[in-house]
Amino acid sequence: MTIRSLLIANRGEIAVRINRAAKALGIRTVQVYSQADANSLAVTLADEAIEIGPPAARKSYLNIDAVMAAATAAKVDAVHPGYGFLSENADFADAVTGAGIAFVGPSGEAIRLLGDKVAARKVAAEAGVPTVPGSDGRVANVEAARGIADRIGFPLMIKAAAGGGGRGIRIVSSMEEFERQFPQASAEAAAAFGDGGLYIEKVIEKARHIEVQILGDGENFIHCFERECSLQRRRQKVWEEAPSMTLKSHVREKLCASAVALAKAVSYRGAGTVEYLYDDATEAFYFIEVNTRIQVEHPVTEMITGIDLVQEMLRIAGGEPLSLRQEDVRVCGHAIECRINAEDPFRDFMPAPGPIHELEVPDGDQVRFDTLLYAGYEVSPFYDSLLGKLIVHGKDRADCLSRLRAALAALKIVGIPTTAPLHQALAADPDVAASRYHTRFLEPWLQTVFAPAQGGKEVAR
Amino acid sequence: MSKSEIRSPLPGTFYRKPSPDSQPFKQDGDVVTASDVIGLIEVMKSFYEIHAGIDGQNVSFLVDDGDAVMAGQVLAEVEQ
Repeated sequence: MTIRSLLIANRGEIAVRINRAAKALGIRTVQVYSQADANSLAVTLADEAIEIGPPAARKSYLNIDAVMAAATAAKVDAVHPGYGFLSENADFADAVTGAGIAFVGPSGEAIRLLGDKVAARKVAAEAGVPTVPGSDGRVANVEAARGIADRIGFPLMIKAAAGGGGRGIRIVSSMEEFERQFPQASAEAAAAFGDGGLYIEKVIEKARHIEVQILGDGENFIHCFERECSLQRRRQKVWEEAPSMTLKSHVREKLCASAVALAKAVSYRGAGTVEYLYDDATEAFYFIEVNTRIQVEHPVTEMITGIDLVQEMLRIAGGEPLSLRQEDVRVCGHAIECRINAEDPFRDFMPAPGPIHELEVPDGDQVRFDTLLYAGYEVSPFYDSLLGKLIVHGKDRADCLSRLRAALAALKIVGIPTTAPLHQALAADPDVAASRYHTRFLEPWLQTVFAPAQGGKEVAR
Repeated sequence: MSKSEIRSPLPGTFYRKPSPDSQPFKQDGDVVTASDVIGLIEVMKSFYEIHAGIDGQNVSFLVDDGDAVMAGQVLAEVEQ
């Protein structure tokens, strides 16, 4: 079925991005919006807009009934869920397909399977993808745990099976400490989560976060190489690059092949991302999880490969086979993306919604600013703080960094504080320039390098 | 006895309870001290504690749980 009309079940910069990609393919767009987003750029761009509820996301963008009512009323051929909100909600995907509408993404079944951490780890292991060494599920007691700890080595993490989002994790560095902490961790997990079950995982120190972009049409599966996303604050990505600066070509080949094997194992359909931890010291990579949607940082992949991932998703959802073979996908140069957030980096990243008085965007054919902003727009407090993504391409990484510094200098957002000064500092940092960073680099760097450099300004304690 | 206002420093969504199933931080009529948390503001998916900032009694809330508030809006009044 060719897609002639598309409902965009998201907001912000990604809704703008999807609107433009759809229009480039001649698809009519229908934008849903909450009462807080009536003046949004996505609503202005769309051919039709339908209000779906109050500002609170759970009453609008997360409300499956409201979104489905809009899709049915607008008689669209397809629904694109973007990222966040309902994008990885298997029940939503089922509701869309159940209504005879194409879901721009994998099946509800695939979302459900890959969204379950333990099940996804099992699928990955069966497809030959290395996983972080650990207990493969719950450990019955301290005696059983001792053998596993011996095998995987220290330091290791004791994790609550019912925990999540960083809660219920203890790091121990010796057998003695392990035996003391294990019963405590179990009692604590029982109290906190009503489930004392524990599992064990090796700690990968100084790991990088590297992820592989995959595309599948259910029968053919390819990768579009990797992204390096190690610069993170509170587990949120801040700055992303493609390709990785440190992977040797034989490791890159193995890494990307493993992601394709995983896609094939679940007959993947759509765009997805397989996330890994990568250890520079041992050149080993370990599967973390699969994201079954378009990723915020997808543009760095587009910049180095020339592929429009959102258009490709729409074609796949319309039943077309992949338009590319693996050998068609080539890396050209280097790309970096900076997430420009409405947060004050000088005040501990305090969110800063408010009016935009002026907006000046850098231009140039190797610069892209994916944004929800326009001069006069009022940034709402109800949603996340991402204002835009500045993406710059260069013939190599050094060229890219130099173009990035120029682009950041030319970007002017007047009215509210943003994280642009953080990116200016990162783009000028010698460790960043030398690619010497890992997932735990940014937070200490903010305290020791960024904050002191700000002199008299109020800074995070 | 004079009335004093507790204002929101941020725009966002005001919550009177630490979680949907919990009791409110403070009930109308309660005594508050400056360091007491009287609610949370959710702004851009982050939560910030709102402290009373003043000692007082007979607190009365002007904003309901889950209401949208503007920066500087009065959340509650206390008697001093």
